[in-house]
Amino acid sequence: MSRKGKNMTTGGGKLAAVAAGFLLAAGFVAGLSTPASACEECKGKYEVEGRKSGYLFSNPETRAIQDDDFANGGMLWVEKGAELWNKVDGKAGKSCASCHGDAEESMKGVYTVYPKYVQELGKLENLEQRINRCREANMGAKAWKWESDDLLAMTTYIGYLSRGMPMNVKIDGPAAPFFEKGKEEYFKRRGQLDMACKHCHYDHAGQYIRADLISEGRGGGAFPAYRLKWQKIGSLHRRFKGCNKQIRAQPYKAGSDEYVNLELFVKWRSRGLPVEVPAVRR
Amino acid sequence: MAKARVKVPKTAKAGDVITIKTLIKHKMESGNRKDKKTGKKIPRHIIDKFTAKYNGEVFFSSDWEGGVSANPYCAFTCKVDKSGDFEFVWHDEKGEEYKATAKITVG
Repeated sequence: MSRKGKNMTTGGGKLAAVAAGFLLAAGFVAGLSTPASACEECKGKYEVEGRKSGYLFSNPETRAIQDDDFANGGMLWVEKGAELWNKVDGKAGKSCASCHGDAEESMKGVYTVYPKYVQELGKLENLEQRINRCREANMGAKAWKWESDDLLAMTTYIGYLSRGMPMNVKIDGPAAPFFEKGKEEYFKRRGQLDMACKHCHYDHAGQYIRADLISEGRGGGAFPAYRLKWQKIGSLHRRFKGCNKQIRAQPYKAGSDEYVNLELFVKWRSRGLPVEVPAVRR
Repeated sequence: MAKARVKVPKTAKAGDVITIKTLIKHKMESGNRKDKKTGKKIPRHIIDKFTAKYNGEVFFSSDWEGGVSANPYCAFTCKVDKSGDFEFVWHDEKGEEYKATAKITVG
């Protein structure tokens, strides 16, 4: 059997039972070179101190879509976000631009520091929640629904304005206890398969689950990403939910404290990696 | 809902073969998916024909079926010999048409 198959079965306990199902597939793909080794020149950009972006785990074809702003479907949401930025909404008769002015100046780098601790709330807040809080409190507008086109567009647009900048979340001071909770979540076994995030993305990153190469789970700078599977842009919390379902666990709600804490941990794991929004993933 | 984007070089030399890229925002509902809440099939709604014209003459067209992804991206080439206008038409199954135009100067 292949090296990959052997490693997987040494995972112990229930993971081994799961892995057995993958063995046949793993055997077939073991001979292929991993896409991660195929692109030497882009490593510098997408690998920082040994931390690899999901970009390096994508197929060359998928990467080509991300590299071409025209072909990248996520750019449709960026354009929409730019329109929404100037659109007046709510009782106060304001748009985002009324307070924040030119987004290209005021929103540069904003993406890289979220989620962050907000004293008024006494907990972490991520970018989506920040946008909605601003809408409710300052614009007198209704909060956008999670995963709605408008919220995705605005988040994607703000992320896009920080493209290329290194991820840089704060985990000290008041954010520390939430960071610890997020870390706990990452290593906590859940669901029928009794697996934690770390079993795939920490222990077995770079190996195959059937035909899919497991990334290191550093989605911090990539989301909202255009997933080919979704055929649209989706948030990091949607991805979390998908992962949770795959290990047959009950997913938390998008925007729940658990996911926001986990988001901080995942974004800390992505520290230094460039913002890729809107990234393209399989 | 449909929003089209096209990319055509602004200038070219006579006899050049240029690459044209097009992308349109469309859900391309295949008709095979079910609504998770009601269990009923979501009716099919796709773009079924795409045509590209150069100075009024069709030089590229294709018929699309249910397997085409959402937000379809289509790239193709064209040999240009004189300046002119490009017109792109996406024909929706429900009879709607989405159009985009572009100009090229051939010198």
